[in-house]
Amino acid sequence: MSTTTLDTTKTAPAPAAVPVRRTRRRGERGPLGTALLHGGLALASLIALAPVAWLCYLSLGPDKDDYLHPGGIAGKLTFSNYSFVLQHTGFLDWFKSTLIVALGTTVIGVLVAATTGYAVSRMRFPGYKQLMWVLLLTQAFPIAILIVPMYEIFSELGLIDTYWALIAINCSTAVPYSAWLLKGYFDTIPFEIDEAGRVDGLSPFGTFFRLILPLARPGLAVAAFYTFITAVGEVAFATTFLLDDSKYTFAVGLQTFVSEHDAQWNYMAATAVLIAIPVTVFFYLVQKNLVTGLTAGGTKG
Amino acid sequence: MTVAIDRATGKRRGDRAPRPGLGQRVKNGLQKYWYAYAMIAPVVIVLGVLVGYPLARGFYLTLTDANSLNSARTIGVNHIDATYEFIGLDNYQDILFGPTAYDRFWSHFLWTVFWTAACVALHYALGLGLALMLHQKLRGRTVYRLLLVLPWAVPTFVTVFSWRIMLADSGALNQLLGALHLPQPAWLEDTFWQRFAAIMVNTWCGVPFMMLSLLGGLQSIDSTLYEAAEMDGASAWQRFRHVTLPGLRAVSSTVVLLGVIWTFNQFVIIFLLFGKNSAPDAQILVTWAYQLGFGQQPRDFAQSAAYGVLLLSILTVFTSFYFRWLKRNDQLAV
Repeated sequence: MSTTTLDTTKTAPAPAAVPVRRTRRRGERGPLGTALLHGGLALASLIALAPVAWLCYLSLGPDKDDYLHPGGIAGKLTFSNYSFVLQHTGFLDWFKSTLIVALGTTVIGVLVAATTGYAVSRMRFPGYKQLMWVLLLTQAFPIAILIVPMYEIFSELGLIDTYWALIAINCSTAVPYSAWLLKGYFDTIPFEIDEAGRVDGLSPFGTFFRLILPLARPGLAVAAFYTFITAVGEVAFATTFLLDDSKYTFAVGLQTFVSEHDAQWNYMAATAVLIAIPVTVFFYLVQKNLVTGLTAGGTKG
Repeated sequence: MTVAIDRATGKRRGDRAPRPGLGQRVKNGLQKYWYAYAMIAPVVIVLGVLVGYPLARGFYLTLTDANSLNSARTIGVNHIDATYEFIGLDNYQDILFGPTAYDRFWSHFLWTVFWTAACVALHYALGLGLALMLHQKLRGRTVYRLLLVLPWAVPTFVTVFSWRIMLADSGALNQLLGALHLPQPAWLEDTFWQRFAAIMVNTWCGVPFMMLSLLGGLQSIDSTLYEAAEMDGASAWQRFRHVTLPGLRAVSSTVVLLGVIWTFNQFVIIFLLFGKNSAPDAQILVTWAYQLGFGQQPRDFAQSAAYGVLLLSILTVFTSFYFRWLKRNDQLAV
């Protein structure tokens, strides 16, 4: 890992170190610089790729101990793990649970957060600072602080082992988060549009629903996607609050392959690949917007 | 001229639109505020119900001796009411200064601080390095970027298991080290190597976010600044030091804050990497609190909640100091 940093520091000064008389345009490098750049990036990519690639490879080995002698897998590649996982485990149940929880969180979270994102982007009102502070602070909430009281409250309400409990919990992080993200996006929409709306006699609500919301569709999509991903990846609450294995989400279901007594790494790997592929594909489609949304929301807060 | 600008920025700090005086504000702005409050109402209500109430309740729990034996519970058809009692600040007293305080709280606290500092430093350094490399004109840049984002794209709970296979006793990593005739540490058993592995896995998971954010920051730096610096004879290092780093400051301060918060609260990696009930010394405060509340019998709800309150206080103090520090630096820079 550390080699990559070394490479970086080397590549940056490399062009300047060579004293050349001819005019060299900015951004041009000698061949050494280019080689180092490619080397560094290739090495980093390899490190980034390795664990995932390894998982895919292991998922093709038929035996649970194949990871101990991976050389043997190449000779007996099979998709049997996949068919087993799909047919004889709770995979499809988990898939359903994950979808319900994640979609529920997304819909509620984004709907609730949208107006607030707009309000904090456009309006200054007494309590504005406090609200922004609370939105930021809920990011800092360790799961440890809510998990115990939530457990108590939900047991009293009889909501342990229900999807509602998880949706509600995920919303507690997703709502402030979406509001924060959406504020960043609304900030990029010119204020003149609001003013034009006002001049035409729209109320702030009218401006928001008729003008801004349609324009903000990409921002809403990013917030929705981010919420979805976060809800899919939630481990702590799902592990604690879901008891019935037909209601497990992926994050809990995946753990069942690796109990204290028995580790079925081959099925685990196949399941992991089945989970990772669709999520990753979706992720790649929107990744550029994700960062813009995140940092825009943050830097302007 | 300068004075006027200073005044304008000073007034806008933290509250960007210039505001009229208090009396006028109340008079003119009442209906505007009405809209604002109506718009923020959903979030305020949701946060009040889902965060505020549990928080208050959790805080009350920390003042009691609640555990899974005396809390309200239902066994079969019988409902047993809660019997825990109010004991004041005893939990905090016990956690912070009790006879085994060092073994339970302070050792984990020190490790958590070290873990956060190490991870964020690595995230930032590697992320910045990779972002600088990706920012160069280079063939195949898009492919590199896509590959490097992979750790962020795959759900963490999936990749942590992948690391667990690779770090296992005779897993891929040790086979590789063995082939190179290097020592093969017991990654998942020995405390030092457990901590090492945890930092390594978290670094691997966290770099892509830093990299992409900083790359976005790099791309937003005006290229004429570099040309001007070059005209003035600035070396590559000087350009990096005096153009790139200041240009990245806004992005950096955000991602470092987010990084600290996320890493401090990083539950998934440590929880899943070591499985249940192992690696007591590699637990950070968050996972340790979870362990107290849900990983043992009887479950110690009160102490677990007290850890939660302590964690939140630490982060709140940190965040407010961080902001104050940022503000002071901004004033110096402007």
